[in-house]
Amino acid sequence: MPLLANVDPWIFTFSAITVIVTVAMGFWSAKKSKTASDFFVAGRSVGVGMNASAISGEYLSAASFMGVAGMVMSSGYDALWYPVCYACGYLFLLLFIAGPLRRFGAYTIPDFAEGRFDSPVFRKIAVVFVLFIGFFYTMPQMKGAGVTLAYIFKDIEWIGGAKGLPYWVGVVLVGAVITLNVALGGMKGITLVQAFQYWIKMFAISVPVFVLMSVHSHYGNHLQANLVKPSAGMTSQGDASTSLETAAALNRKVLPEKAPKDETWINPFGPLTTKAAKAAGLSAEESKPYSLLYTYSLIIALVCGTAGLPHILVRFYTNPDGVAAKRTTMWVMILIGVFYVFPPVFGVMGRNLMPELYNGLAGVKGTDGVVLNLPLILTEKYGTLGAVLSGITCAGAFAAFMSTFSGLLVSMTGALAHDIYGRILRPKSTPEDRMRMFKFCAVICGVGAILLGFLVETFEINKLVGWAFAIAATSYFPLLFLATWWRNITMKGAATGMLAGGSLSLVAIASTMLADQAKWAEGLKIWYTTHPLARTLAEQPAIWALPLAIVLMIVVSRLTRSEVPADIRMKMLVLHAPEKLGLKQEYIQEHQAGH
Amino acid sequence: MQPPEKPDIHSEAFLHMLMRRQLRLSIACATTFLVTLLGLPLLNYFAPELMATRIFGFTLTWLIVGILFFPLVWIISFVFIRRSIALEEAEVDEVARGNASAERK
Repeated sequence: MPLLANVDPWIFTFSAITVIVTVAMGFWSAKKSKTASDFFVAGRSVGVGMNASAISGEYLSAASFMGVAGMVMSSGYDALWYPVCYACGYLFLLLFIAGPLRRFGAYTIPDFAEGRFDSPVFRKIAVVFVLFIGFFYTMPQMKGAGVTLAYIFKDIEWIGGAKGLPYWVGVVLVGAVITLNVALGGMKGITLVQAFQYWIKMFAISVPVFVLMSVHSHYGNHLQANLVKPSAGMTSQGDASTSLETAAALNRKVLPEKAPKDETWINPFGPLTTKAAKAAGLSAEESKPYSLLYTYSLIIALVCGTAGLPHILVRFYTNPDGVAAKRTTMWVMILIGVFYVFPPVFGVMGRNLMPELYNGLAGVKGTDGVVLNLPLILTEKYGTLGAVLSGITCAGAFAAFMSTFSGLLVSMTGALAHDIYGRILRPKSTPEDRMRMFKFCAVICGVGAILLGFLVETFEINKLVGWAFAIAATSYFPLLFLATWWRNITMKGAATGMLAGGSLSLVAIASTMLADQAKWAEGLKIWYTTHPLARTLAEQPAIWALPLAIVLMIVVSRLTRSEVPADIRMKMLVLHAPEKLGLKQEYIQEHQAGH
Repeated sequence: MQPPEKPDIHSEAFLHMLMRRQLRLSIACATTFLVTLLGLPLLNYFAPELMATRIFGFTLTWLIVGILFFPLVWIISFVFIRRSIALEEAEVDEVARGNASAERK
């Protein structure tokens, strides 16, 4: 077969199996999805174990599977905040939002927005945000798929003599497979697929780590090889010599020029958080306060962003009741918490064993590719074992793009088919009409995502994900938090805070990107260089944009207090009273009688 | 349907009690979590030597953030879920008892 020459058979086999099983499961579950409720919320009958696996599968995206390891390798300690906060955001969701949101019993977040405020206008605003955050989160998945596939098949030789695989092939492949799955089976269809993909990812990230550790020594030893010097004259002589001995025992390779030095890498306040201060020419000591500020703002964005991502929230509606919603969240935290211990291990080992990645270009050719490449170091000693493990991590990466994209596609399709078509354009449509519309919208969104994927080849994956998180943290999170716990919030207050928080943080982040990349924004770049505080706050806006959104919501709600819905006490009861009291049923009857 | 005498689930007082109890539990759990999460950068800032202590090769701060933080979050959420489910059951019980006494009258 001339077509497959120069492609590692193991990598090809494992990736192909993941894709084929995904398609097969999609067809199989399509037979089981029959009603509109199956399509939008999986019939509200997903069990705790299955739903927790599916949520975890959806959540662990390309950024988690490959990006975290790459960032730990390139930036060290500071990058650890990403996995920690990705996992802990769920705690916030559990403590304040999961139970009430499920009890309210809507199909989508815009449903909640309209129901809570009795305002069709607010549904429209909420839909726009769902689509906006959804597409932002989709672009990096698409980019990841394109880049990874191109990387796996970089040495492929075509019959005409051309080499390699273009970027668009991966985008189209992943986009088409998932669009097919979602159109066939809706939410019910992808629940099974995502649950399956969680376990693929867990297997693909943990098994290679254990094998690598058994051959090349454990996690702690690899960290020990990095010298610590927190402040001058601090390190004891013994400590430093232990590090050097460990490094020698591990056969640590010489770090290239581009790699950060040991002490900035292993200690907090390293290259990731001090960029703005370093650009302004501040010393290490002077830049620490900026770095602390950056760290806090990053933590807020990630923790609150997780609790405000619409494609994660929509999954809570698939639980049978509020108690199940809480139990599910508990299991999700265990499943993703265990997962997130592993990616940093790749980063730490990669630094000692494969430092040549520091010299690579951006993306999978550089440190982002450490998860895919590191297992190959076993090839020297154990032959095919390295290739087999590398094949497994590639399959895990595929599972990551596919499952996250499935979740996004369902939530965006839900927004179009349920909120725009079913509620705004044709409120009298039958459930069958809406189901047909769901399939149609799935294809529209899928094609849209593929086209957007073509545009983002040159963007950085982590930046795009960061945008989505910052916008969610400053718009949806304050909305959900106040709407569930503060009865006096009005539609105008909620909308003002949400629009101001979300759009200002977007503008702030966009301005730093323009300053870095656009020629005509040269002036801004110079201004940012001399104002490291402004630069830090613009790069990580959550620390000011979230309080701003909350304050605006409170102030505007106070000014428009006459517009608090009349039946607010009943609404709050439905949100907070245990389901066993049967208030939900009463509420629905009352509402139907009123119309 | 006879309106129950006490506690009246449609009364302002009942809603207040319900929300206050649940919010108190949520805030207690969130405070434990936030103090740890937001305290770590402060410790890194003010006690760098302590946080750089080596344990099995890890620096203390790496060990906490990279590994130990996850079990802490599990414990907090486990406690929260048990308490909040117990809270809901107590609420349902109270209402049921209220209904029963209303019927007796």
